[in-house]
Amino acid sequence: MADPRIGIIEERLKGVSRIVAVSSGKGGVGKSLIASTLALTLARRNYKVGLFDLDFTSPSTHVILGVEGLQPKEEKGIIPPQVHGLKYMSIVYYSGEYASPLRGVDVSNALIELLAITRWNNLDFLIVDMPPGISDATLDVIRLVKRIEFVVITTPSRLAFETVRKLIDLLSELGIPIVGVVENMKMKESRFIQQQIEGRGIKFWGDIPFDAELEEAIGDVNKLLATQFSKKLGEIEKLKA
Amino acid sequence: MHEWALAEAVISTVSQIAEKEGLKEVAEVEIKVGELQQIELDILEFALSQLKTLKLKNVKFHIKTVKAELKCRVCGHKWIFRKEKMNEEIAEAIHFVPEIAHTYIKCPKCGSPDFEILKGRGIWLESVRGLR
Repeated sequence: MADPRIGIIEERLKGVSRIVAVSSGKGGVGKSLIASTLALTLARRNYKVGLFDLDFTSPSTHVILGVEGLQPKEEKGIIPPQVHGLKYMSIVYYSGEYASPLRGVDVSNALIELLAITRWNNLDFLIVDMPPGISDATLDVIRLVKRIEFVVITTPSRLAFETVRKLIDLLSELGIPIVGVVENMKMKESRFIQQQIEGRGIKFWGDIPFDAELEEAIGDVNKLLATQFSKKLGEIEKLKA
Repeated sequence: MHEWALAEAVISTVSQIAEKEGLKEVAEVEIKVGELQQIELDILEFALSQLKTLKLKNVKFHIKTVKAELKCRVCGHKWIFRKEKMNEEIAEAIHFVPEIAHTYIKCPKCGSPDFEILKGRGIWLESVRGLR
């Protein structure tokens, strides 16, 4: 008759001022790095921030943040542990280092379960690292999290943008707020992406040059926040609580 | 206690259904609990009794457990999940997120992790009855 978990999701998120999904139609564009860096940057600006890795089959934010050996606390639900000033939630607490081969229906169920049992309490921002594409997780987040806003990530590649523009068009059609689009891994001067975004009446946050040093900073948040990538993201980020 | 979070979800959803159906008082709620999630029924029942709202003050919760039946999508084999066969840590991970079963459980016949949870996944409201 009814799935009781759905009815509690809004209640679980009521103390969160803004819920921002970092998303892209395409994989490999830097979503997880941008989601993690955005969350860390906001936390360093004294906002209360949560980071929720929703990429259940390919989670990676725990690697970026260097998270090891942590478990959420149980207290009438689960309380995400504090990691570098963030409340951090990921399926890796349960799946460990093993593969999670999930079909769409399983992704939906795991997503509903975690939204229903995770107690975020009061946050200025909950940053959600989305899986690529416009499949189950994206549709479920839109269905279940009524206040969701999107930051969309693309690269300069027309191949990436061909898919990213479909996500943008879908979100626009559904009336879901897009707070900005970031052009990541830029390697040469071109205004193609900016024109495409602004031509759709959407805010272009800016571009981030390809940073060859970034890989070295994975797993070390201090190094990560000192990269040109993070500095540029900090300059173009326009979220305000 | 994860059961508290689920009990809150039940109370919240029952209240929403009662509101929608125009029930003045909720008399009976039938809840199904799948064995895959290994919910502690006494904790769930206690949490439900503590979380009751005014409209639910005389409610009777009927809780039924459902065996978790799994079916391999590759070879079609069907089997029943048994907690006793797994280590505590894995059982606990599945308790929090039942889909984690796909990480640790394989089809006993062909070894595939690509199986369907036919029934007995988690918690479900079967019926809500009351007075209008």
